[in-house]
Amino acid sequence: MNKRLSIFFSMLLVLSMFLAACSGGGDNASDGGEKGGDEGDGGKSDVPQELRVNINTEPPSLNPGLAEDSTSGTVLRQILEGLTRIGQDGKPENAMAEDVQISEDQKTYTFKIRDANWSNGDPVTANDFVYAWKWALDPANNSTYAYQLYYIEGAEAANTGEGSLDAVGVKAVDDKTLEVKLVNPTPYFLELTAFYTYLPVNSKIAESNAEWATDAGENFTTNGPFHMTEWSHSDKIVLEKSETYWDAETVKLDKIEMIMINDPNTELSMFDNGELDWAGAPTGALPTDAMQALKDDGRLVTNPIAGIYNYKFNTTVEPFNNVNIRKAFAHAINRQEIIDNILQGEQLPAMAIVPPSMFEENKEGYFPDNDVEAAKEFLQKGLEELGYKDASELPAVTLSYNTSEAHQKIAQAIQDMWKQNLGVEVNLDNAEWNVFLDKVNTMDYQVARMGWLGDFNDAMNFLEMYRDADGGNNNTGWESKEFQDLLAKSATETDADARQQLLKDAEAIFMEDMPVAPIYFYTNNWVQAENLKDVVVSGLGDVQYKWAYFE
Amino acid sequence: MAKYIGKRLLYMIISLWMIVTATFFFMRIAPGNPFASEKKLPPEIEANLNAHFGLDKPWYAQYWEYLVRIVNWDFGPSFKYKSQTVNDLINEGFPVSFLLGMEAIFIAVAIGVLLGIIAALKHNRWPDYTAMIIAVLGISVPSFIMASFLQYFLAIKMGIFPVARWETFMHSVLPALALASTPMAFIARLTRSSMLEVLANDYIKTAKSKGLSSGVITVKHTIRNALLPVVTYMGPLTAGILTGSFVIEKIFGIPGLGAHFVTSINNRDYTVIMGVTVFYSILLLVSILLVDIAYGIIDPRIKLAGGKKGE
Repeated sequence: MNKRLSIFFSMLLVLSMFLAACSGGGDNASDGGEKGGDEGDGGKSDVPQELRVNINTEPPSLNPGLAEDSTSGTVLRQILEGLTRIGQDGKPENAMAEDVQISEDQKTYTFKIRDANWSNGDPVTANDFVYAWKWALDPANNSTYAYQLYYIEGAEAANTGEGSLDAVGVKAVDDKTLEVKLVNPTPYFLELTAFYTYLPVNSKIAESNAEWATDAGENFTTNGPFHMTEWSHSDKIVLEKSETYWDAETVKLDKIEMIMINDPNTELSMFDNGELDWAGAPTGALPTDAMQALKDDGRLVTNPIAGIYNYKFNTTVEPFNNVNIRKAFAHAINRQEIIDNILQGEQLPAMAIVPPSMFEENKEGYFPDNDVEAAKEFLQKGLEELGYKDASELPAVTLSYNTSEAHQKIAQAIQDMWKQNLGVEVNLDNAEWNVFLDKVNTMDYQVARMGWLGDFNDAMNFLEMYRDADGGNNNTGWESKEFQDLLAKSATETDADARQQLLKDAEAIFMEDMPVAPIYFYTNNWVQAENLKDVVVSGLGDVQYKWAYFE
Repeated sequence: MAKYIGKRLLYMIISLWMIVTATFFFMRIAPGNPFASEKKLPPEIEANLNAHFGLDKPWYAQYWEYLVRIVNWDFGPSFKYKSQTVNDLINEGFPVSFLLGMEAIFIAVAIGVLLGIIAALKHNRWPDYTAMIIAVLGISVPSFIMASFLQYFLAIKMGIFPVARWETFMHSVLPALALASTPMAFIARLTRSSMLEVLANDYIKTAKSKGLSSGVITVKHTIRNALLPVVTYMGPLTAGILTGSFVIEKIFGIPGLGAHFVTSINNRDYTVIMGVTVFYSILLLVSILLVDIAYGIIDPRIKLAGGKKGE
């Protein structure tokens, strides 16, 4: 009996040693934690200028010609600099370009490149831009975002293999002069030159080393405010202030640590624990459950961005081939209720297709939210036109969305609204992302949810995709001669106001036919360290740390 | 023995081939493609991409190419992560998952066996009940809840450990605990029940009546025999844990291999799907073989080669 007891105690001893090891190590960590805390509250004179943010995932590519997603864009924007940069006021300002001359017909841009160097000391030349753009357009390089360059003369032909790269309208007149010829006058071209597909590449290195962008190191030369010193894949990226940057005195942060954690709850916990200085959009995400609490604390920052969440109608099948039916469904949605109860991120109800940052009056939209009376009238009219007596005779309606908690909740709410307001039974159809995209692209749906985020700050971004029924991103089967004419006219219009009006008219036609029921305009929601200042998030949701600092 | 292992290796190759074949065809039947996104590509570019990655070739050519790649252990580039090849992903992710997994297995086995033994020796007394309550909790609480729970109490409230990331040993404790909780509970229950079974055997009574001390009986006679089911369980457990857990790696932001099992499928990243599947299968098959060999060492009654002949 004694021996049995002794075994029991020796086992207990092992267990307690294990526990002791845990708590012994624990002291170290808590020390670390306290130090972290001190840094935050420390004297104002020497606050470490080190930012820690979460960028969610590994950036798929840091070669600007291959980048096609917002995570890659976020990193690229800090380390490379294009001809222009979106400034703190949201307007493009000269960056690598020192001066821009625009021809009378607005189709030729001449950029004077400033005296700036790559991080290895090579000068930034006009050729670096020519090289980067032509590289992206070269069909052999498989750039999926090359179409962002199609505004340039000959670019589309070269990219699709019908023309030659030599015929592309971009030319280095001399080392410091870049001449770009456009297909149409493009009033937002200086916005585009700040976009990541338009970033330059150090041609001296890239020409001899195709793999230059796969790791940090001497081959990854940069010309932006920060330089990449470490890239451990799927784990973190470390950026440090670039001393060779032309505007280095503006840059205050010494170091940015970008970690890759794809879990909103962890992200917020790390922020609460002082391990991150920023949690939430645009680089990460906040858990929806925490929104209300963060709002109540007054910590949540909300910023509208140019993006829309909408329900597309398949206008080639019954009953959505009827405009009044489409209108009835669009009117019978209580958007504010969805925003207040499901999304909780101060989104804006959308009763238009172009975000208010582009068309101010779209805050109101083309019709009132939750207009059940109008919806019922439209339904009646639609039913008569289709030859039905009653809503119950309508063919079964299916609403498709891709797997996601938020999409599902919204779909359920709308299913209920359509039943209550219109008396229509709606089936929900949930599919995995790729399966869902396949369905939408092959028009194998009736109503499907889709989101769209603007790449540049112009209404064209939100209208162009509906030009042709067989266009890659239309997916509604809708097209209109009038709509096409207005877009075509706007492309050649050189007067900004007149062009804006043409686009507005086009939107009005679109809303009159309602091939899409807009639901809400996106917002970015985040929390940030109190002493972190001047992180600039643009109306497109692009973040820049060039001006950021800790107070 | 050598003959047995040789035979097993042959079976392993056949199993692997079947897994690869099934994965290849299921993967291609699934709708969608690696280039699908909200913003659809111009058709010319998509055709170009398909040609570049060989997706425009007939299925048998692609299938053959895959088999050749696997034999050469070169899975090709990732469709999604253009900075890395699939081999890079595995070479960088596996060591991380391996370390975390070893830590978790150590915790699971050490504490699990200990709890099981205590419970069996103190059958139907409070140590038994305590150990089994811990075990039931461990089995029934999903690892992601355990992870959030550990994060909340040990990291945020008590500040002992960091919330997430993969940097120092301290960073690895919480994910290892979360990962270990379910297998630990399972091992504890397994150990307990087989201990009880063994303790009821005649030879234990004989040992007792011989006047052997209870310590010797427990260590020499009981535990050794009672551990067989645990060893059986260790095979698949090792393969499963060492290749990483998607949930735990996601919650703790660990750059392991686990995430690729799920994200590669969502991305239709064909080469990565193939690479991680083959890698996991090999690990699983090898660890099952090792377990079978370990049987013979622990329990001499099990004769690997002889068993087959007897049939």
